[in-house]
Amino acid sequence: MSYEVSGWQEPTLGENLARAGVKRRDFLKFCGGLAGVLAAGSQLNGGAAHAAPTAEQIAAVLEGQTKPILVWLQLQECTGCIESTLRSGGTTVEDIVLDLLSVNYVEAIMAPSGDAANQALDEANKEPHILVVNGSVPKDLDGAYCTIGGESAKRVLEKSAKNAVAVLAVGACAVWGGVQASRAPGAGPNGPTNAVGVDQIIKNKPVINIGGCPPIGEVITATCAYLLTHAKADGSLKLPELDAEGRPRFAYDQRIHDSCPRRAHYDAGQFVKTFDDAAARNGWCLYEVGCKGPSTFSACPVIQWNMHTSWPIGAGHPCIGCTEKNFFDEFTPFYSTLPDVHGFGIEASAERVGWTVAGIAVAGVAAHATLTAVRHAASRKAAAEAPLDAFGDSKVWLPDPTVKDAAAGEPEPAAEPEPAAGPGPVEPEAGPPAAEEPEPVEAPSPPPWLASEPADGEPEDTETTDPSGKAE
Amino acid sequence: MSVNVVIDPLTRIEGHLRVELEHANGVIAKAWSETTQFRGLEEIVKNRDPRDVWAFLQRICGVCTSVHAIASISAVENALGIVPPEQARRIRDIVLGAQEVQDHVIHFYHLHALDWVDVVSAASADPAEALEFARSIGSTWKGNTLERFTAVRDKVVEIAESGQLSIFTGGYWGHEAYKLPPAANLMAVSHYLDALEFQRSVIRIVTTFGGKNPHPNFLVGGMACSIDPNRSESINQVQLDQVQKWIDETLEFVNTCYVPDGLAILSVYGGPNRPDPASPDWFTIGATAPNFLALGRSGAIYSGDPAKANVDRDNDLHRDLVPGVVLDGELKLKAFDPRLLTESITSAWYTYADGKKQLHPSEGETSVKYTGPKPPYPPAAEGDFLADSKDGKYTWCKEPRYDGRAMQVGPAARVLSAYLQGDKDTVDLVNTAVEVLGIEPGQLNSTAGRTLARAVEAATAAKRLNETFAQFAEALKGGDIDVFDGSKWDPSTWPKDEVHGYSFVEVARGNLSHWVSIKGGKVTRYQAVVPTTWLASGRDPNGVAGPYEEALGGDSALAAIPWATPHPLIDPEQPVEVMRTIHSFDPCMSCAVHLLDPDGNELGVVTS
Repeated sequence: MSYEVSGWQEPTLGENLARAGVKRRDFLKFCGGLAGVLAAGSQLNGGAAHAAPTAEQIAAVLEGQTKPILVWLQLQECTGCIESTLRSGGTTVEDIVLDLLSVNYVEAIMAPSGDAANQALDEANKEPHILVVNGSVPKDLDGAYCTIGGESAKRVLEKSAKNAVAVLAVGACAVWGGVQASRAPGAGPNGPTNAVGVDQIIKNKPVINIGGCPPIGEVITATCAYLLTHAKADGSLKLPELDAEGRPRFAYDQRIHDSCPRRAHYDAGQFVKTFDDAAARNGWCLYEVGCKGPSTFSACPVIQWNMHTSWPIGAGHPCIGCTEKNFFDEFTPFYSTLPDVHGFGIEASAERVGWTVAGIAVAGVAAHATLTAVRHAASRKAAAEAPLDAFGDSKVWLPDPTVKDAAAGEPEPAAEPEPAAGPGPVEPEAGPPAAEEPEPVEAPSPPPWLASEPADGEPEDTETTDPSGKAE
Repeated sequence: MSVNVVIDPLTRIEGHLRVELEHANGVIAKAWSETTQFRGLEEIVKNRDPRDVWAFLQRICGVCTSVHAIASISAVENALGIVPPEQARRIRDIVLGAQEVQDHVIHFYHLHALDWVDVVSAASADPAEALEFARSIGSTWKGNTLERFTAVRDKVVEIAESGQLSIFTGGYWGHEAYKLPPAANLMAVSHYLDALEFQRSVIRIVTTFGGKNPHPNFLVGGMACSIDPNRSESINQVQLDQVQKWIDETLEFVNTCYVPDGLAILSVYGGPNRPDPASPDWFTIGATAPNFLALGRSGAIYSGDPAKANVDRDNDLHRDLVPGVVLDGELKLKAFDPRLLTESITSAWYTYADGKKQLHPSEGETSVKYTGPKPPYPPAAEGDFLADSKDGKYTWCKEPRYDGRAMQVGPAARVLSAYLQGDKDTVDLVNTAVEVLGIEPGQLNSTAGRTLARAVEAATAAKRLNETFAQFAEALKGGDIDVFDGSKWDPSTWPKDEVHGYSFVEVARGNLSHWVSIKGGKVTRYQAVVPTTWLASGRDPNGVAGPYEEALGGDSALAAIPWATPHPLIDPEQPVEVMRTIHSFDPCMSCAVHLLDPDGNELGVVTS
């Protein structure tokens, strides 16, 4: 994969905009929108005394830049997302660091340490920049569970978000807290350190969530490239279309199950029964050894990993669902088939479980009082266009709904008060998203497949073949 | 005197590290290594299916990806009596070998090189001279061309002139500690870029077997990737050919680029033959107390009964070297006894039940008891540093010790161990380096020595990777295609009583051990003792400093080692010398601190 940087051919942004026929008056209008965002930011941080920069000031800074500035924060994390970025074979890390952007702060590979590093960050923070964050924010102990330059991860994030024109939350930790936000004895819902994702802290501007543990390197760098190469007619920033989870649709619009090259085996009822059996050697479906592909939205089967070398299911291991929120809790035990997974006791089919997960997620977002404008648009649009087409198939291929009793006390996910649709087409079209007036939360109406009787009523025996027996 | 220099964040590492120093007259008197991140993964794996926990523990670190997964799986298999098939063990070994070499290359070029290489100086280099320099150091790397060096020089010029230095913003360019001529700097910058391409390419070895990288997939009982020479959906000749190509790439890059670069750069910065004899000799700087621990070569895996003195070798494919320790500077290998490990918490924000000072990892505890200040922590100008705390605690990193000693683990320890055991490849490489540089083998215990040892180990590990892969391919062709033993997959086959297991794995940054207890199909206890915990630890109950602290500002190494010299720091505002020494250990702070004890009921107790 390669990306042509069509939006950036002249030395400075001002010249690029001129080349694209953008009038200075329109550019100032865009900068005025940014100024609004920045003013909102300082208000949120309790800093009414902060003088938000004027549109003129922003325009002056932006026009003089030859390259957009990128700040990359690593918070409570394992650096896997940075390593994945280093592995990207699309837009490479060299392209980003040396050609496309001026990456003025990224702890993993930047030259200076200590005061000089902090100064580089402070100066980049003063100017409009793209902010990329990997890692979570631990809220307990006043943030002492993760400090950088002596400051809590939360404070570091807030300072860098203030003048950011776009915020990318890269990886499970930045999106929802990640492994350290998972269940532990005696700990609260966000793990031992009360770890949360970026959009739990930054609520006044859109956050693009790039799910995955880690995300595919090509997806991370392509999201950066997207911001650089897609502009609206007035030259302002254009975010990629996002799904209800805030994820770019270009990498998260499909269930793994629907793009999986092994799907034909699922439809035919040909399942791996135990690892390395004859069915496994023939590449049959991993659903029965725990594959979470039916509930997981990611372009893994399409983009694949490490320059299209392979991908988890291709290498014989079930998908563990790492692009979905709370997968360490919702999708474990990893080797149990989906209906047995905690929280899905009475769910009967992969199809239904998949949609329930999406429904929970959207309900959770909808319930949250401070949605981003983009997320609003996503939820509304998704509800409006019931994306049945994403599923293509009828019920014929559904596996045998070996109905298990709902574990006592476990909530029925579909009964959540505000269920909503899965990630249907989303088009945050109107104006610079960040500057859009927030709209009141709308409770999306339940999609028909959640409201009506599920497939339970017509169980079908798909165990018509014995894969192990027939394979050899 | 007290703390007068703070370096936070210390960059180009994995995770978050703060260093506080006492500095006077151009040298460091004392140092405190302060880990500023905690996540609590060991608590999170409690009560979970032991077949699942590798996926959690792999997320300890995305740089050391794979190694925690393999250590976890090996410990669980050890506890449950599961023996993976030989071919699965070979695949894991191939994964560990590829990871090791790739990790060393990334460390040298992308995390460490900017401590030695002045990027801005490369802008003034003559590409033809850079080519000549590359020839003169014996680098036959295919990327050494006039066109390439010219293009790289032009790119550096473009960036320098644009005023937007990107990741080079704020670097200590022009600092007197930089000694390479412009031509050498240009060659090194060019190889920095080549190494980015290299690491991206060869990691596909791991992707082939694990499906993705970082964080590939593994399986208790073997591997999930079936292998069958006659099936398109299994790993077959197509993948064998590809993997062999990537291994050939690995051998080529390490032998024609990395090793010559390492030797050439270090020969400018250390040893009696260095061009500027008035400059510091980095083969005499950064020594730790001369204690080393290594369980064989990189990739070695050992497990066994926690109650016994000997580690079991059944799981290890590298049986030509034995585990051992070097103690108190006596260059002689002594037997390793896993019962002599302890972890203490004198300088770390935890508490132990019953006021105990130290515990063996098999019965380890970690209850958080944060007593540090509320962030933000003060900068150097304001006083009241973490190191000044009244209770002596200043870090999230515990203090692993062996028989009461702070041990150096990692490439230097393993290379020294292999050298003492007469491993031919290691002996040849070390002898060559020692002769060229005019140093003695014991000087591997120095800032430059650790960096040299890593290059030596990359070469021997790449060779072993090739050999293991050949064994794997031969066995596959011979019909040995089983990669999974499912006889104990079902929890109903597991022992009813609580069982215990451990694994020691030699990984890029040093010795890693995972300790697990299992009962009723669930994990009941988990501990990991990680290379960076060994190296980044603080003062222990006896006041013994950890290796980072000792290397920067200790006095016991200076007292014990005749050639050791105090650690220089010319300008505290530009601490490039400190970065050299810390980076020579290849820190991985997320690895160092990941833990919380299964019995840690006092979770999050805050007393200040």
